Amino acid sequence: MKKVKVYVTLRESVLDPQGSAVMGSLHKMGYGEVEDVRIGKYLELVIGDSERDVDALVNELCHRLLANTVIEDYRYEIEEVVSQ
Amino acid sequence: MKFAVIVFPGSNCDLDMYHAVKDELGEEAEYVWHDSKDLSSYDGILLPGGFSYGDYLRCGAIAQFSGVMDEVRKAAEAGKPVLGICNGFQILTEAGLLPGVLLRNKNLKFMCRTVGLKVENNNTLFTNEYEQGQEIQIPIAHGEGNYYCDDATYTHLKENNQIVFTYADDFNGSRNNIAGIINDRGNVLGMMPHPERAVSDLIGGKDGLALFRSIVKQWREAHVSHA
Repeated sequence: MKKVKVYVTLRESVLDPQGSAVMGSLHKMGYGEVEDVRIGKYLELVIGDSERDVDALVNELCHRLLANTVIEDYRYEIEEVVSQ
Repeated sequence: MKFAVIVFPGSNCDLDMYHAVKDELGEEAEYVWHDSKDLSSYDGILLPGGFSYGDYLRCGAIAQFSGVMDEVRKAAEAGKPVLGICNGFQILTEAGLLPGVLLRNKNLKFMCRTVGLKVENNNTLFTNEYEQGQEIQIPIAHGEGNYYCDDATYTHLKENNQIVFTYADDFNGSRNNIAGIINDRGNVLGMMPHPERAVSDLIGGKDGLALFRSIVKQWREAHVSHA
């Protein structure tokens, strides 16, 4: 069994109005040193034992559903989960 | 002409869509649940607005894998008119039936009001009852209507006259004020504004009616033989 942590972020070329609003708020709070804020998504998947290559599987899941690659990039980390 | 109004969990403009074609135009219409496996008996497919699957993950992302979407693809490939409004447009982009994607409005607000639209191309099966360049008043109601596509896609859309409607004013951040586009073949239209909410003077205007009339007119010319 594996735990997969997927990070989905907006591409650099895509404006992130939510991130801009949060940055504006941080500036108002006095944190002028914050130069940029980008908001993304974090997903955790637990994947049972499978014949399939886990990298191929996760890439397929990301491309087909978890990320929209027109506007988003993704990266992921895989952890082995030791069953109790 | 017989329309299917696809109903996803979370659709909320399905009744308006049905009303527009059934009550205002007198055509046949049926609600079709999202897990339907057969749309072969319908002449036109309508994907209504709303919040399918709660807009979870991204607007339209989950709905693109609903059982009925394979049938919607088949209908599109067969050349049948497929119209996606608001969330329907978002579903069509997620499903890859139309290019680009709808992002959060640039001011982060959900906006609900009537806006001016310009008919950029009246030579489509959806707009033949409008004048080229005509300005019409159609309600919008969306939080994620900010159309985005890359430069290559925009150039392609522009050169092929696939930009059908633009906003008179920029209020949501859409690239070049794009409000609605068609696919390469011209039988799939996605748009954020709601023509089905502008079909009677009683509800503030009927500039949307010509869109549905256009679909029916084109279909009649292609299918009804003059015996």
